[in-house]
Amino acid sequence: MQSMSRGVNAYVAVLAVTASAILVFAMPARNEIDLTAVLVISALFALLESKVFRFRIGVGLGMGFPVALASCLMGGPWAAAVTGASCLFVLRRVPPVKRVYNASQYAIAGFCAGTVFVLLKGHPGVLGASEFPRVLLPVAAAAIVFSVVNAVLLSIVLSLAEDVSVKQVLMGTLVKSIPASLGYGLFGLLMAVLWRGVNVGTLAALLVLVPLLVARWAFSQYGAEQDAYEATISTLVQAVETKDHYTRGHSERVSRASVMIARVLGMREDRISALRYAGILHDVGKLGVPTKLLQKTGRLSESEYEVIKGHPLRGIEMLSNIDFLDEAVAGVLHHHERVDGLGYPMGLTGPQIPEFARVIAVADAFDSMTSTRSYRGARSVAEAVEELLRCKDTQFDPQMVDALIEALERTQWLPSDLPVDLGLDSVLSEIDAAARDHDDPTFSVSSSEEIA
Amino acid sequence: MMMIDRRAEDSRAGNLVVGVALILVAVSVVLAVQHPLQQVSIAFAFGVFIAIGELVRITLPGDREAAPIGAAAALAYALLGRFGDVPTTQTVWDVVAVTAAATLVGAIPHVAAGRSPRLDVMARRVLSVGFAAALFRPFYDGGAGPLAHLDAPHQNGRLALVMVAIVLLTDLFDAGIAALIRAERDRAPYATSLWGELQVLFGLSSAIGATGVLVALAAQVMTFWALPVFGLPLLLTQFSFRRYAGIRQTYAQTIRSLSRVTEVAGYTETGHSRRVSELSLAVGRELGLSESDLVDLEYAALMHDLGQLSLTDPIPGGATVVVSALEQARIASMGAAVIRQTGVLDQVAVIVERQADPYRRPHERVDDSLPVASRIIKAANAYDDLVGDSQESARRLEALERLRLAMAYEFDPAVVSSLAGVVERGARFGY
Repeated sequence: MQSMSRGVNAYVAVLAVTASAILVFAMPARNEIDLTAVLVISALFALLESKVFRFRIGVGLGMGFPVALASCLMGGPWAAAVTGASCLFVLRRVPPVKRVYNASQYAIAGFCAGTVFVLLKGHPGVLGASEFPRVLLPVAAAAIVFSVVNAVLLSIVLSLAEDVSVKQVLMGTLVKSIPASLGYGLFGLLMAVLWRGVNVGTLAALLVLVPLLVARWAFSQYGAEQDAYEATISTLVQAVETKDHYTRGHSERVSRASVMIARVLGMREDRISALRYAGILHDVGKLGVPTKLLQKTGRLSESEYEVIKGHPLRGIEMLSNIDFLDEAVAGVLHHHERVDGLGYPMGLTGPQIPEFARVIAVADAFDSMTSTRSYRGARSVAEAVEELLRCKDTQFDPQMVDALIEALERTQWLPSDLPVDLGLDSVLSEIDAAARDHDDPTFSVSSSEEIA
Repeated sequence: MMMIDRRAEDSRAGNLVVGVALILVAVSVVLAVQHPLQQVSIAFAFGVFIAIGELVRITLPGDREAAPIGAAAALAYALLGRFGDVPTTQTVWDVVAVTAAATLVGAIPHVAAGRSPRLDVMARRVLSVGFAAALFRPFYDGGAGPLAHLDAPHQNGRLALVMVAIVLLTDLFDAGIAALIRAERDRAPYATSLWGELQVLFGLSSAIGATGVLVALAAQVMTFWALPVFGLPLLLTQFSFRRYAGIRQTYAQTIRSLSRVTEVAGYTETGHSRRVSELSLAVGRELGLSESDLVDLEYAALMHDLGQLSLTDPIPGGATVVVSALEQARIASMGAAVIRQTGVLDQVAVIVERQADPYRRPHERVDDSLPVASRIIKAANAYDDLVGDSQESARRLEALERLRLAMAYEFDPAVVSSLAGVVERGARFGY
């Protein structure tokens, strides 16, 4: 740890010296720069960087980016460096080292972007109608250089601080930041055109930023609402699970295992997010199963088992009014189908079973085998995997089983060893129930051995 | 009940707005025919964007329809000074006629797809654009008015300020009309509705206004290009708002679905939580609860029986009104504990927790700490426990009478009186 932080400090020191050198030595003659404009725009930059929005889509670019680019287009390399360095004065709590680091990084990136802009025959400060469309190329280049330099400097500091390879971090940030930088770059260009070309001054900058700020606000609201949504459904589902505390956290873990499988399969992000919800909600139909049946000790009669088998149908009855969950609903409905057609509720076979359902089926069985039940202890991950392999081709889709096994090699699985105390015990009455387990593939029903 | 309530009653304010807008458009069209528009290509370009905006309109939380691109283009057309080097000459009437025509064209595909446009929303947009044009065009006067002197290099800063001021006034005007319609539809106090509309201003409306001003200014240099170039950022804004509205809607749908837990598990009667939430919302609106409070009220009403899940034996018919006060409080606090676990619905948990509390106790003053939402749910829940989905008027009257008898301690008289009004209107227009 000690050596790592020393490495970071040394790195920040090098960047700070470079940035200072740029500010001192690259300063143009007084009559070549509009110092007031540079100061106003730098203040604006610092102000925008002061407010950090929580942002889940796109990474690495602050709200200040368009302003920094506008500064580069209006004043050239040195002005951009000054604007970047103004980050030293952001109005939020930042540790001194980080503050110096951010300012140096933006100053260097701004200077590089400005230099590239000038090298490609862009004329800082001249943005009248005659410059178009020729100026678009240097502007795009400047925007890309700004974000690439930022990404490189950032990945170095991350690799120093967290001991991951530069390349790994760089690939993650670069791919996402280049398209975003072009989009944001447009705002920078608009700001510069209005400020210089139409002569509207500071007001123009503010007006250009309004739609962007409002969009950002809406995105951050979206993220917050999404988190609230996830928290709400998992909690409500947990409340349901209190009917039988041996299954506590089961839905959450099924959801987690399903996402692990989906990642190995390379599923799209939006589908993964739908699958996450499907995992959490897959047993919601159990609410319709009378509590005394779920908590019954001992074997179930065939008619009682029929009632339990109705739970996926009851589940979709509840969920079908939620618009976006279409694919998730199919996953919930069919999560007890088997590839050999002996499952329920419809007895679909193989590829007829929706992909989500095939994923959830494996995740569901895996978690119930590795959890403690009233009538048996938890099995080890290895035993559960062996059991999954045994039932592959009859009960489970082999592709999903293999995917889970691959995922388990990558990440460690943390099974629930004992029923977790969720803090609800104080208020919710508990009945120790020895429910027989319809999720566990090794457990069979007394009357119909093959349907389990 | 509430839904029918809203549809069955004709909105007088809405009709008034539509009527005024129609007269304005009719006058504009007559004048436009008498004095034909001169700069047709400019009108056409802005008209195209207004129509596209209407085509890609969105619905925001609070059931608000918005067409950001269209609204911004119309605003820009109203505030347009020089276009390139040429001063523009459209009159207030031209602006109204072009906006109305383009909006109608943009609405055609929606109508073809079976989504009827909301006339009051379209009328409001036309009126607001007319308002902005009336504040700008006479003073610009085709390049001869006082504002035209600002329309020169190095004066643009001031021109921009004037435009921003006009946009702000227009937004206030628009919010005023919107609140008028909403207050009548929801039977809510005007001040509450106005506050709700003004809050929306800080969001999407500010982006629309800014874009309108930017297009009008940038058209001096960029001419036609100003429209797509500045429309693009607004499209991004619109996109993020649509996602936000989407997740809000999903959230609401999910709570509505999951709140059926108690019904599916056999603890409460079918439809109970939905009916209680609709009744509560109607009462909450009338009592002037803000929009965010109404969302909390709806969620709390939907989940008010969640605590019953912890009972080993369901109460007969799920009617909490028949069990002891102590038991009611216990169910309420169990439900609240579950909701509080989410970590994001604290206010809802408080409302659920206190739903069984009387609004005052013997020899004590009225309990001010008791949320209005809790009082509403208490009354709506008791009413629905007694009536259910029965449509007999005797039963309804009997239930209302029982609530009135208990107004000394249990039920807040203001809530009961509003609830009685809502229920009677619902009965009059049929279930």
